[in-house]
Amino acid sequence: MPLYEESVHKTLDRIRRSKLNAFITITGEDAIRTARGVDDGAVKGRLAGMTVAVKDCITTRDVPTTCGSKILSGYVPPFDAEVVARLKKEGAAIVGKTNMDEFAMGTTTESSYYGPTKNPWDLTRVPGGSSGGSGAAVAGLECRMALGTDTGGSVRCPASFCGVVGIKPTYGLVSRYGVIAYANSLEQVGPMARNVSDAALLLDVISGHDPKDSTSVGEADGAHYTDHLVENARGLTIGVPKEYFGEGTDKRVEDAVWNAIMKLNKLGADYREVSLPHTKYALSAYYIIAMCEASSNLARFDGLRYGLRTGKDENWHTTFSRIRAEGFGEEVKRRIMLGTYALSEGYYGKYYLKALKVRTLIKRDFERAFKDVDVLAAPTMPFPAFRLGERMDDPLSMYMADVDTVPVNLAGVPSVSVPCGFAGKLPVGVQFIGGFFDEPKIIRTAYTFELNTDFQKLPGEF
Amino acid sequence: MSDVIIGLEVHCQLNKLNSKLFCGCSTRQQGLEPNVMTCPVCLGLPGALPVINKKAVEYAIMVGLALKCKVAEHTQFYRKNYYYPDLPRGFQITQYDYPIASEGVLTVDTDGEERTVRIRRVHMEEDPGRLVHQGSIETSKFVLVDYNRSGMPLIEVVTEPDLRSPKEARRFINKLRNILEYLDVFDGSLEGALRVDANVSLKGGSRVEIKNISSYKGVERALLFEISRQHSMKRRGVKVIQETRHYDDERNCTITLRTKEQAEEYRYYPEPDLVPLSVKGWEPRLRASLPELPDAKRERFKVQYGVSDNHARVMTAEIRVANYYERVAEKCEPRMAATWVADCLKGELNYRDRDVKDAFPPGKMIYILEQLKSGAITDKGAVEVIRTLLDEDGDPKVIILAKNLAKVETNITKVAVAQVLKENETAIRDLRAGKIQAFNFLVGKVMEKTSGRADPTEVNLLLRELLECT
Repeated sequence: MPLYEESVHKTLDRIRRSKLNAFITITGEDAIRTARGVDDGAVKGRLAGMTVAVKDCITTRDVPTTCGSKILSGYVPPFDAEVVARLKKEGAAIVGKTNMDEFAMGTTTESSYYGPTKNPWDLTRVPGGSSGGSGAAVAGLECRMALGTDTGGSVRCPASFCGVVGIKPTYGLVSRYGVIAYANSLEQVGPMARNVSDAALLLDVISGHDPKDSTSVGEADGAHYTDHLVENARGLTIGVPKEYFGEGTDKRVEDAVWNAIMKLNKLGADYREVSLPHTKYALSAYYIIAMCEASSNLARFDGLRYGLRTGKDENWHTTFSRIRAEGFGEEVKRRIMLGTYALSEGYYGKYYLKALKVRTLIKRDFERAFKDVDVLAAPTMPFPAFRLGERMDDPLSMYMADVDTVPVNLAGVPSVSVPCGFAGKLPVGVQFIGGFFDEPKIIRTAYTFELNTDFQKLPGEF
Repeated sequence: MSDVIIGLEVHCQLNKLNSKLFCGCSTRQQGLEPNVMTCPVCLGLPGALPVINKKAVEYAIMVGLALKCKVAEHTQFYRKNYYYPDLPRGFQITQYDYPIASEGVLTVDTDGEERTVRIRRVHMEEDPGRLVHQGSIETSKFVLVDYNRSGMPLIEVVTEPDLRSPKEARRFINKLRNILEYLDVFDGSLEGALRVDANVSLKGGSRVEIKNISSYKGVERALLFEISRQHSMKRRGVKVIQETRHYDDERNCTITLRTKEQAEEYRYYPEPDLVPLSVKGWEPRLRASLPELPDAKRERFKVQYGVSDNHARVMTAEIRVANYYERVAEKCEPRMAATWVADCLKGELNYRDRDVKDAFPPGKMIYILEQLKSGAITDKGAVEVIRTLLDEDGDPKVIILAKNLAKVETNITKVAVAQVLKENETAIRDLRAGKIQAFNFLVGKVMEKTSGRADPTEVNLLLRELLECT
């Protein structure tokens, strides 16, 4: 059997035998057809024949797209998201749609209507979220690379918990056309891979201006991030934001991140402590903005035109209310209600506008810091992967887990999470945060770190 | 002095644009099958994103300038959140703070004076889909939705409460339509092109909003109904409550939709998928591109063609009539042309409830007026040709021949006059005895004899001549 086709078959077999539940839909035939095309020479491109998995909130033409929700049951989009179109153009063999927290609202992938995904390092633990299916699939060798979306850490968290690389690009760098919105002003599609080189390559392919997305910026063909896969830490100044360490952070995580900073220091980088003083307000501001936007974004799911349609049709209000009551999970309902409340007359100024002000202050914190340093280094997650079910009944403690990732989304700056050690058997991630469009710098930092360390391990067989 | 206070919110489709407000779908959808002129964006499919149609923004700015508004430098779209089956995203993309234009004026003729109506704001928004009920809204067992209309570009013009009567409101709407058609951004003759919400109150009373007025005539009728309802309540000592009422065009009445306590909460917030739009620097170019507007054209017609104020007013009240007139006036005596376009043609069209765009081309009118001027046909004949052209179309030359409308020769008229004088000696005697009416009787007899084809002026002249001789 030809090379690419065989390789895709092997990957598909692995997915089908897997205990991870990383995929909601497998697109085996499409992947095999593409691989054959590559073997024949008919399909070419920068990702020719490479297996890629796509998070299930990213629209795929003629392939069910569920957002991990019951409410989108039966929905088959008639169009491709821009990022998917770019994957196809570059010859990627798309193997399937990955599991996720319902509408990307979560940190564990447990809120999926399609059941939780498991962490390949320990099947009793969560893979992180909300792009947990993508993270687990990459770590579990069920694809070579994957797309996730990062609204408040949803690429970086699973990257950290699953021991892989994940990039949250600068807001506007990657088209959101076809990405089913949770919180439009915060989210970006980001690449996930087992090493920095693959992540940079995937970013090359998906980035670049798209006229279909008014918030997209840059040149049409994107920048060339693979050009910045350069081993060189000299001249680099790393900022260590003190607010990201200390109380609430697992000691083993803190040690691993500090070790990473010291390693880069040995390789020629300078480091200094910096302060991002408004960090403590980030979590509240993030959840208010995200929930407000979500309450509006999710209003379209009424069962009228697509998705779940159950029972007998009665009058309009009764029917769509029943469909929404049945179709949405608890966490989604919680966020829609809170967001609706916060946008209501009399509360709008107190919550939404105030959160926007905090957002501006947080952006300024980063701008000020990047006057003195090139990149910031901080824990991606304050602790390693927790046990399945551990935080499901305590939404507040679940939200707290996002404390180190959300400021980046509020500011719109890029960040890459790379493995930097282990807490027991579980991987730990460090994130390198850059200024606006400073992807070249964070990629260079992450690549240099990766080349000089030995944390890119694979989990054992599961 | 009227105790009526009216403010209007007028929604007009910018139906002269090629594409919808946020997607590439065509705005031409008259007569299409339902739901064929749609795409992921205007169907609100998950993941599809809106992109602003720049041309729509230009049109909206032109409307703002024509209404003497201040044009914003930065404008922003908002989401108006509410659930309705015609709204595929569960929110409408509209404007809230930072409308494209604000603080303008529009003057309308009232009886004997001009009323200056202040314009509060002009903003852009998308049209929802269209609901189709089987039978009436109350009896229909289901509702069908046609999303062809979804995403059609609208402008909403909001006035201050400066109007004082239903008639003024109708005149405001007509003038606004007229201006939009001058700007060539709007065709008011297309179905659903215009929809009006009206706020109406009696001095000192609560304000009632009437929704769903969708015809030009409906505006006046709905307001008349609502004002008489409020007057009657006032007479009976019943307090008018603040509420929103629905106008039922078929039954010509307004019915309660919701009271103040049930007021909807729209949770407006800035549309995150559309970044704030800077239109700084667009204004001079667009201002320069503005065409001559109705008031200016009216003054020019008076000066350039020497036509009366009334004729100028009638002809500039519709861009198509004004253009028609100018093409006729190029070739004919302008004042004569004005009489025939403003009085005759426009009158005949109004009688038939038809638009000048459905009339015969100006070339035919020019031919008729030439025939008239040369004396080949009479005024009466000209009217007959115009009516025939409107009802049956055809070639004016052929119509004149076929209907035997050519003016009779002078010597034939002479014969007829002589005969009439011979046959009506009693009348002549009456005339000589001082009964002036007898002269008109004689003229009538001559016209009868010539089947109305004699020139009345000539008949007059000949009669006098011959009467003096005898």
